[in-house]
This record gives sequence, C-alpha cells and structure tokens, in this order.
Amino acid sequence: MSRARADEEEYWHSSKFRAFTFDDEDDELSQLKESKRAVNSLRDIVDDDDDDLERVSWSGEPVGSISWSIKETASGSTSSLEGRDSSLQKGSSSYAAFPKQVSSYSLSSLFKGRNKLPSFQSLTDALTDTGVKNYAPELRRPKAEYKDYTSDWSPKDTVRRMQRGKVCSLERFRSLQDKLVLLDEAVAGHDGNVITAVLIFLKRTLRREILFRELEVRQVALCHLIHFLKETGEQKFLLDLLRFLDRTEEVALSQYREHLNIQDVEKRREFLKGCIGLPFSAEDTSHIQDHYTLLERQIIIEANDRHLEMAGQSEIFRKYPRKASILNMPLVTTLFYSCFYHYTEAEGTFSSPTNLKKTFKIPDKQYVLTALAARAKLRAWNDVDALLTTKNWLGYTKKKAPIGFHRVVEILQRNNAPVQVLQEYVRLVEDVENRLNLATKYKCHDVVIETYRDLKDRIQLTAYKCKVERGSADEEKINSILNN
Amino acid sequence: MAAHLSSGRVNLTALREAGRRELREFLDKCAGTKAIVWDEYLTGPFGLIAQYSLLKEHEVEKMFTLKPGRLPPADVKNIIFFVRPKLELMDIITDNVLREDRGRAPQRDFHILFVPRRSLLCEQWLKEQGVLGSFIHREQYSLDLIPFDGDLLSMESESAFKECYLESDQTSLYHAAKGLMTLQALYGTIPQIFGKGDCARHVANMMIRMKREFPGSQNSIFPVFDTLLLLDRNVDLLTPLATQLTYEGLIDEIYGIQNTYVKLPPEKFAPKKQGEGGKDLPTEPKKLQLNSAEELYAEIRDKNFNAVGSVLSKKAKIISAAFEERHHAKTVGEIKQFVSQLPHMQAARSSLANHTSIAELIKDITTSEDFFDNLTVEQEFMSGIDTDKVNNYIEDCIAQKHPLIKILRLVCLQSVCNSGLKQKVLDHYKREILQTYGYEHILTLNNLEKAGLLKPQTGGRNNYPTIRKTLRLWMDDVNEQNPNDISYVYSGYAPLSVRLAQLLARPGWRSIEEVLKMLPGPHFEERQQLPTGLQKKRQHGENRVTLVFFLGGVTYAEIAALRFLSQMEDGGTEYVIATTKLINGTTWIKSLMEKLEPAPF
Repeated sequence: MSRARADEEEYWHSSKFRAFTFDDEDDELSQLKESKRAVNSLRDIVDDDDDDLERVSWSGEPVGSISWSIKETASGSTSSLEGRDSSLQKGSSSYAAFPKQVSSYSLSSLFKGRNKLPSFQSLTDALTDTGVKNYAPELRRPKAEYKDYTSDWSPKDTVRRMQRGKVCSLERFRSLQDKLVLLDEAVAGHDGNVITAVLIFLKRTLRREILFRELEVRQVALCHLIHFLKETGEQKFLLDLLRFLDRTEEVALSQYREHLNIQDVEKRREFLKGCIGLPFSAEDTSHIQDHYTLLERQIIIEANDRHLEMAGQSEIFRKYPRKASILNMPLVTTLFYSCFYHYTEAEGTFSSPTNLKKTFKIPDKQYVLTALAARAKLRAWNDVDALLTTKNWLGYTKKKAPIGFHRVVEILQRNNAPVQVLQEYVRLVEDVENRLNLATKYKCHDVVIETYRDLKDRIQLTAYKCKVERGSADEEKINSILNN
Repeated sequence: MAAHLSSGRVNLTALREAGRRELREFLDKCAGTKAIVWDEYLTGPFGLIAQYSLLKEHEVEKMFTLKPGRLPPADVKNIIFFVRPKLELMDIITDNVLREDRGRAPQRDFHILFVPRRSLLCEQWLKEQGVLGSFIHREQYSLDLIPFDGDLLSMESESAFKECYLESDQTSLYHAAKGLMTLQALYGTIPQIFGKGDCARHVANMMIRMKREFPGSQNSIFPVFDTLLLLDRNVDLLTPLATQLTYEGLIDEIYGIQNTYVKLPPEKFAPKKQGEGGKDLPTEPKKLQLNSAEELYAEIRDKNFNAVGSVLSKKAKIISAAFEERHHAKTVGEIKQFVSQLPHMQAARSSLANHTSIAELIKDITTSEDFFDNLTVEQEFMSGIDTDKVNNYIEDCIAQKHPLIKILRLVCLQSVCNSGLKQKVLDHYKREILQTYGYEHILTLNNLEKAGLLKPQTGGRNNYPTIRKTLRLWMDDVNEQNPNDISYVYSGYAPLSVRLAQLLARPGWRSIEEVLKMLPGPHFEERQQLPTGLQKKRQHGENRVTLVFFLGGVTYAEIAALRFLSQMEDGGTEYVIATTKLINGTTWIKSLMEKLEPAPF
C-alpha cells in the first residue's frame, strides 16, 4: 500500500465524514417488496405442492432412503465404483415388518388452512389470513441473487445482505473507518461467514500492521482470522499475527503442529530440532525436547536394525521378524521394542533399554511393566526373575515388584507362563484373599495348599482335595497336613 | 416415515415439510435430469428430511458420493454438489470439475448447494482454483434444525462445540438463532427466554436483533412454546464425560447412533432357519433405525439399562400369549380377527427379537470387569471421592494402553469434579499420556485445556462439592427400576444441565443464585412481547411447554432425564429438546482432538 493511500485513510479515520448514509425507509421498502414477491411465488408452489400430495405415498422403509439410493442409482454406471464405502449400502432388508406410514399433510395444507389433523387446529387457524404474509419472509431464501454493485449500501445493510446470502461488492469501502465500521457490523451479526468475508477483504486491502493493530481490540474478529489462516494454511501470516499479539505459546504450538505435515523423517527431525527453542511453557518444552530426542534415537535404531534384519545374521530378528518400523512410535512402544530386540545391550548403546530409561527418565513402574511384557512375550523367564530381584547391600536378594505382584501374574499368565513360573509370583501376592483367588484360578495348587495351611483352615483344605488330581503329590501334601 | 414426529406435544412434521419444500424448490431450479454428488456426511441428516422418492420426482436420476477424480458418466443435464462449506471438499469439487470432459456432448451443467450455508470463503477458494465460473447455481439450503423425533431437534453440527469454545467462531450460534427464528415462524413467538452461559447470551441477543430487523416477523401464530431455555454446554462439562446408563445411552456409547440409525454386529441377528445350522452367518453389520415410531423402543429407551430386561421378558410373555390365541379361535369371525391382528403382532415380535439381541450385546459389555471398574471410578469422582490425587485405575489403563479417548474422558472427568487438578497431578497424567501415546498429543491436551475440560486448579478452591450438594447432583438412594429422580439415568448422578432445567421450572432460579454464579457465564431472562390476542389462557391442569436448547451438544441420557420430567405426574412442564449435535463423551472428546493423520486427499 502506498504512502498516499495510508494518508487518505488517516483522513477518513479522523474526519467525521461518512461516505454512506443509512436509509432505513428504503430498506424497509425493499424488504416489503421482497416479502410480497415471496408470498406471490409461494402461491405457485402451494398449488404445485397439492398435486404432489396426491401422487406421493411415503414408504416407511429404509429401502427408499437417500444413502441406500446412492448405491441403487449409481449401480447403473460401471466405472470407479469399486472403492465406494460399503457402509452406504446397508440396511435394505431389515424393516419389512413395520407398518407403513403415510404423511398426511404438507406445509401447503397449512397455508390454505386445511387442517387434516385436529392437533393442528390452532396453528392453521392462525395462518389462514395474516399469518401467511408475516411468516413468509422469514422462512424464505432470497428468490434470486442480486448483483447490484452499483447501489450504495451502508455497512449495516451490506452485512445484512451478505447474511442473506447475496453477493455484495465491498470495494466501495475505501476508508479505514468505513472498513472498520463494516467489520464491527459483521461481528455484531455473529455470522462467521460474513465476518470471514469482510476479513478477507480487509486482509487484502489493509497494511498488515494496521490490520493487526485494529484486530487486537476486536477479539472476535481476531479469532475468526486466526481460524481462517489455520484453515487455509497461511502459516507465515498466522505466525506473524500471533507474534504481533505476543501470544508466544500459541506461536510455538502452531509451529510445532507443522511437523505432522512432514513425511520425511530426516526433515521431520530437523524441524523438531528447530522447535526446541520455541517459547513453550516450561513443562511443554521438556516434552518437545523429548520428542526430538526420541525421533533422533529411532532413526539410528531403525537404520541399524533394518540392516541387521536384512543381513539375517541376528537370531532374534530371524525368529521374530519386525512387523513395522519403529519410526514415529510413542516412547513406551519404543521401550518395548528395545526390551524385545536389544535387552542385553550395554547401557552405552542408543538402543539399550537402560539407556532409554535414563534419557527419558522413565519411572520405575512404567519400565518394569514394559520390560516384563516384552520378556514374557519371549518366554525369557530368567529375565523376568532377574528383573524382579533386587540385592541389598549385604548381598541378600529379595523379590520386588513396583507394580504389585498381582499385575506380574496377570502379565505372565497372558503370555502362557508355565505353572512353576506363575506360582512363584502368585505366592508373593500380599493380600491373602487375592492370592487365593489367583492361585485357584491358575491352578497353582502348592500356593493354595500352603495358604490354607498357614490360615489353619482345615475345612477349605479338605474341600480343595477334590480339585487336585487323585494320587498326585499335591493330594499327598494335603493329606499329610491334615494328618498333622 | 414421519408419523413419529407428530406424536409429541409439538407437531414437528411442519418443520420437516418446510425443509422438503425448500429442497423441491431448489431441485426445480435446475431444469432437466440431474445427478447429485453427495458430501457423505450429509446423507444421514438429509435422510431425516426426504427420501429418494422425493428426489426422483424431481428428476434426480443418479446419485454419487463425493470423491476426487473424474465424475462417473451419467447421461444427465445437471450435476449438483450437495456439500458442507468446507475447504477440503472444495478441493475435491475442483478436481471433479477440472477433469470433466469438455468435449462430451451434451455438456453437463454444474451447481452447488451449500448446507447449511453458502460460504464466501469457499467461493473465494473455488475462484482461486479458477472453477467458480463453472457453477450456474450456487445456493444454500438452511438445514438448521432437523427433526429427529417428536420431541427432539438437532443441527447435527459436529464441530459446534469446538468452534464456540476453542476457536471463538460463533457461526454455529448464528445458525442456532436462525433455526430458532424458523421455529418461531412456525410455532409462534416464545414469550419467555431464559439462559445460562456466554453462548446462550449471544443466541438470545441475536434472536432479539433478528426480530427487530424483520419487522414482519411479528407473527400472529398462537405460541406453542411457553419458554425457551438456552444452556451452554460449558456450564455442564461433567455430564457428557460420564458413561450413560440408559438403554439408548448405552447403545450410543457402545455402537454409536448416527442420525437415528445404529449399526450392530450381525452375529446375534442371524436368521434362525431350520436345517441351515448357521452356515451363512451374515457378515455385514445390521442396521436399525431407532425412534419412537417403534412402540417397544419408545417404551424402553429412556429406562436405566438394569430395568430393561424385565420389560423385555414381560413383553415376550404377552406376545407369546397373543400368538397362543390362535388355538382358541374357533369361529370364522374369531379367526378373521386373529388374522387381522397378525401384521401388528409380527411387527411387535420382530421388534422384541431385535431389542432382546441388542440388550444381550450390551449386557456382555456392562457385565465385564473393565466396565465395572471404569464405572466405579467415574462414580467415585462424581460423588467427590479422591479427586485430588493420581488415580490407580487411570494409571493402569494407560499402562495397558487402553484407547486414548477413554483415558482422556476419565482424566477430564476427574479434573471437572475437582474444579481443576493439582499441578503435580496434572503434570503426571500429561507425562504418562505423552510417553505412552505419543508426544504429538500435546496438541490435543492443549485443546482440552483451552476448552476448560482439563486444567490446573487455580486459587486452590474446589467449588464442585458446593455445586454437588446444592443441586443434589449425587443421590445415594437411586431407584433404577421405578425412578423418582432424574439421577437414575447415570445410576446416582443427576445431570447438572437437567437439574438446572428442573429447578427453573420449580421453584425458579432465584433459589440457586449462589451456585449459578459459580458456573461459567451469565444467567438471564428475556421477555418477548406478544400481541394481546395471542396471550395464552391456560386451561386448568394444562402443562407448560419448554424448549431446552443445548448449545454445544446433548447426550441421550440428558434427553431421557428431560423426558422423565415431562412424564412426571405433577411436573407441570413438558420438554422439547434442541441441540447443535447429539453427542456422547467419546464423540465429544474426539471432536476436540487434533487431527493427527494428514488429510487423505
């Protein structure tokens, strides 16, 4: 925009002169004309409608529904239909049993005051005379598009016309003040469609600084512009605007969102690296940093493992081929992967689970849970044992599970652990009732028997005898306890 | 097809008819044979207004779904796009138009019908692509309020909540106001308007403004509605997050009801024919329409699920008894009468069979351990237990990688029931979610925070207990079989939104001023003057009719609670419900989530 133009706007802004006048009378006149036209045209339709009423009988079956018919009518044409979502075609046969219902009146009957249902009495009565005239304008769309670029509509009328879906030229609003009045009118009308249209016009005809400055004091319009920019993908303009407004956190998030559109992982990583310095909240900054670090790791691991897998030298990859690449997977999934394929690696390597745990400060609970699931899946029961064993400073070992032993049992059971393995952990479940339940459910006879023994519950123990195999060691054990 | 719309206190068929007429008018504008290209989302809502037969009468010969590429060949004069004003759809249309074979004879004319509104933005977009000139008619079809049932209207605007509360885009409110003006044109000016919340205030303002700007709208129709109650969804963020426990609510939670239709797994609906022994199990989902046109469904849909089984078994006995009657029919007259009742009995039997199957499907889920655990935690939160610390069950669900939406629903519920979470608790949940489901969900968490669903507690004050006690949101002695309070719809929790409606009717909001101030947004009352001749002289014992408009969505359980109030003997008020969208916790949270996959086109 030229300097002179800006001056001109300064002038409009400062002077009290109004380029356009409001002419209410004219407006009312035009509305009246319009409603008259509407009423007249209504008569034709009403007559047409009546014929319609005779001809049409409405079936109550979804067979005639629109979504059903899309398939029906389209089936005549052969090309490019294979990909069609089959969901459109359902439901053709389900309803045969219901009685058909017939629509008994149409709106036309209302207009003519013919009531066909008693419940409509009052409404039809009210409609017979003045009702028609008054009610028509609201329901009706404008009959045609008026493309009157020539007439001078005030900002208010312009907005009103646009709300009614008519095309209006905005070019006549040249001064800044007029443009702002137009914008304020649009905002007052709450119609986002019109607000956005005015904003597009302003965006095209105003200097950025002026637009930004004026929007700062017009929050609703501002929100619409931001939404519009997001929708149309004008990222640069959007960021400029947010920066101007000092909405730094939003700038950061909006920029970060962009990474989703980058498919190439290397480029995505570079982009995320650039995001780290953005003004996120303290908490979010650490998450973004982690996101970057994770993708960086994944790229290294992926390259390495793909190579290993292709070479066919590594047993684990031969035995359990990878189902998908690890790129862009969440952290916990990555940890699972590394516990599965890289469990024994030294902490120094990027792919080792302990390294991941340290780098991302994964809580103990989460780590044990994930490692347990991975090792159990491989049926590496020794690893499971080691994972849950801790040594104190005297060298004594102790079993410990930050997730609770009932969860350990659950996970092992899901991976079909043998009873010998299972019962070792069932035994460690602290809550007696819970322990008995699990032991009974998974047939860990030893644990059941010992628990009843400790509880000195002869009755239950005797009852349990029928659950164990006849002549088995378990039965002997029960007998010997009962005899003591 | 539409008889159920006239079964309620307000005959909504008129609204449907108005919609049909407008559609016919547009179709006739494009003279000659036509093919319609559908934005798939619209076929559902349109199905509630018209069926294919209506389109066919107006020379619609082919219908296609909108997708990129060349349009299918069809020997028609007109191609009409029925679309929502969305830019991504404009791109597809552009592609369609550009690939149209210009050499073909005769040429086909293009038109666009925007639903519910023409969008200048979209037209600008088409102009930039150089195809705007290809369209002869560009019009709008204001499908604002669609009648779903005799007492239910919806705009089916999926993104209304997100637009209002995240993007401060009030366009959907403008449509709501427009819809209300249409309703008033058909059913008379509503003399009293109450509201709570910022959006409610906006809508009321717009209505008053629109009325002023259309002097002709001073209509002389006897008012059918006595009161309009406008409620912001963000006044009650809690209710949609809880699992609905009515029959219809559970069907929606589990299978999702769309435009009154539900798709169910087919196994339970296999036709039992002797000799075939289940060889050909159907593989396509079973699609059923659910509305009050089906007598049985109308009776059970609003019951607590625990009360549905006994009704079904009672019905089963009645129907078998009715069929037994045939043995007693001796005379020709008796046989004739029996036969005349057969179609009705057969319909009743198949309806009963369907709902027994659905109830079985639901029961499988409601009796599962996980459903029970989830419900227990929800109820603890809603009754105010342990809302201020990290919840074990939620942690377990994250560890087991349950669906993210389930986690978000629970965490948000906890946050709302604690007027925000302690910073430490919030950070803990956030970290666990991001580590397990992916860092990119930081965008979604941010949206939830903006919408007020997930937030840190400010000022260390928790208002929820006061609100809960004053509005009696938690009832310990709930009766699921023969309810005496709306709390039966969530087996203990009385939906806040509906409680507000109930208290407004009796004894009035003045009694709860303090609590209203704790809830977000202003509360207000407006009166619209009626000409003297139209003022209602109420018959003794005649109920008032209140239209409750939920801005931002309503759940089936809330609808059930309002219907319960309508049916109360000494209630004195009958309710008609309108909303921007029928929602449940899952669809609602989903609408707030950042779309993470790049667009398919």
